[in-house]
Amino acid sequence: MSSSGNLARGQEVRVEERMVQTSALRRLLVRPEMGAAAGSIVVWLFFALVAGSKGFLTMSGTASYLQVAADLGILAVAVALLMIGGEFDLSIGSIIGACGMIIAITAGHFQLHIGLGILLAFLFALLIGWVNGTMVVRTGLPSFIITLGSLFIIRGATIGVTRMTTGRTQVGGIDEAPGFELAQAIFASKLTIAGANFSISILWWLLAAVVATWTLLRTRFGNWIFGVGGDANAARNVGVPVARVKITLFMGTAVAACLVAVLQAVSFTGADVLRGSQQEFYAIIAVVIGGTLLTGGYGSAIGAVLGALIFGMVRQGIVFAGVDADWFQVFLGVMLLVAVLVNRYVRKRAMEARR
Amino acid sequence: MTTATPLLEVRNVTKYFGSVIALYDISMTLHAGEVMCLLGDNGAGKSTLIKILSGVHQPSQGEYLVNGRPVSFRSPRDALDAGIATVYQDLAMIPLMGLSRNFFLGSEPMVGWGPFRRFDTRRADEVTRAEMAKMGIQVRDPGQPVGTLSGGERQCVAIARAVYFGARVLILDEPTAALGVKEASVVLRYIAQARARNLGVIFITHNVHHAYPIGDRFTLLNRGRSYGTFSKADVTREEVTSMMAGGAELEELGHELAEFARTDAVAARALGKTASELNQEARDLQVGHYAPPDAPAPTRTDRTEAG
Repeated sequence: MSSSGNLARGQEVRVEERMVQTSALRRLLVRPEMGAAAGSIVVWLFFALVAGSKGFLTMSGTASYLQVAADLGILAVAVALLMIGGEFDLSIGSIIGACGMIIAITAGHFQLHIGLGILLAFLFALLIGWVNGTMVVRTGLPSFIITLGSLFIIRGATIGVTRMTTGRTQVGGIDEAPGFELAQAIFASKLTIAGANFSISILWWLLAAVVATWTLLRTRFGNWIFGVGGDANAARNVGVPVARVKITLFMGTAVAACLVAVLQAVSFTGADVLRGSQQEFYAIIAVVIGGTLLTGGYGSAIGAVLGALIFGMVRQGIVFAGVDADWFQVFLGVMLLVAVLVNRYVRKRAMEARR
Repeated sequence: MTTATPLLEVRNVTKYFGSVIALYDISMTLHAGEVMCLLGDNGAGKSTLIKILSGVHQPSQGEYLVNGRPVSFRSPRDALDAGIATVYQDLAMIPLMGLSRNFFLGSEPMVGWGPFRRFDTRRADEVTRAEMAKMGIQVRDPGQPVGTLSGGERQCVAIARAVYFGARVLILDEPTAALGVKEASVVLRYIAQARARNLGVIFITHNVHHAYPIGDRFTLLNRGRSYGTFSKADVTREEVTSMMAGGAELEELGHELAEFARTDAVAARALGKTASELNQEARDLQVGHYAPPDAPAPTRTDRTEAG
């Protein structure tokens, strides 16, 4: 319908006298990822001072924390989208283990083409994501509980099936499977820059971040993600297919977990049934540090990228600084709490700033 | 107007929920360019009727016609496609989302080609700004979260959105219920504007003071049955009130009416009523602008709002 009605005739425009023009700086400050951006700089400066002379600032030091950040970051951008959509996925850690083992059993144990193993792993991940999403949408139960269930089911089944098939819990020999060279070039090559080896998983991480950010901010589906996370009923009332959006997001996190499994299985030429343990928590931490709201409807994929970067810098920075790595978890927990407090403050400002 | 085909009509509609009769033998019509007020106390069946009209429920018996043709909506989407938009009191907007993203949620404008086909945020911003300006609200930043708007402004965004997306019938579910007097009058003004655009409006409320100034016709529901439909010319405010609530609250209504007239002369003008007319009506109820504090207390004991 044309929007040119006879409505505006004789109608004075009411000027919001109480609304003050907001500055560009202020608008920048209330973006969800600003806390994480500031945090990245602070953490980097901290370790540059503490561990700068011990290798943190070298190219190989940079490569090492980017590698750690990349594996987590791929998970974190997918989890960010899911959490903005208002759901959790605790099963991703065990999906990493299961998908890695599918590849190792297919290509390592049975010596079939590695492409087949990777294909089966992705199909398995899509199926698990679909099942998780469908159960959440159909039952209306919290996704926390549903995916906590699938976390244990998948981990247990991975251990059971692996032991039944191979008699072990670690399976190697992927490097002898047909097609390994190509897989290695795609998933495990190193890019040498200034004498340091940068893992190709960093590129996969950046690709995931670009795709997720584009989806979130520039596609119809992205707008629906904000909608279903902000208020699923309101979104449904204006015609957003809420169930389809949520199921797709669960399939997205499962596929991201599978990609991490492929990167690791090809790099290590094998898999372990316990691989990926606790990754679901680290991913949630990275996403929350990145400014995404636990209750959904607000957040960013860039923030999750920065959250993963902070995670990587802290994990490797502690090693460079010569502190016992046992203290890493303390750092992580403290950062999580600080991030939540900072984000709460930022969000409050966001809702006030333009009044 | 009455000779034209109604935009929307229900004939002898009955709705059962199990053994409960939620609605019994309701008939109602809505024409373009009129505001039909659906009045009734809580539990009168207003919500059930609008859920039938908006496609959430299907009638157990009776006919539902849109533009003279029988329809059977299976979902709210069907009703929306037929040009019937419902604005719910509390489920209208997503607070943390920006204004223009909210405005276009579910119907995003797209631009570009192939993998670069994208949500046209610039156009969304422009249209939102323009549509809100037509409603008389100047938006400075279309990206600002809807949560920063007042309740009345949020209702207005929802109404503007429904009108923009081609609604010919607007069903407004208690749009003024949670609002202050001034806010409510702003919403009432937009209802008048929608009518001026030749839309049919069904305005659900249990507040006669919001309904009477804006309504052209009134359908009164009580315990699932209709008392009938009355044109404004045939019925006074007092009659409407007494049919609705039993007429015990007239004193209080007079007070509210005086308040309405005093605080919002602007709204009254837009509605084609003058403040003095409203005041006159208030005086007809024999209640002044301000009763002196030492005046004898009204006989009523309950100060809470009717309904």
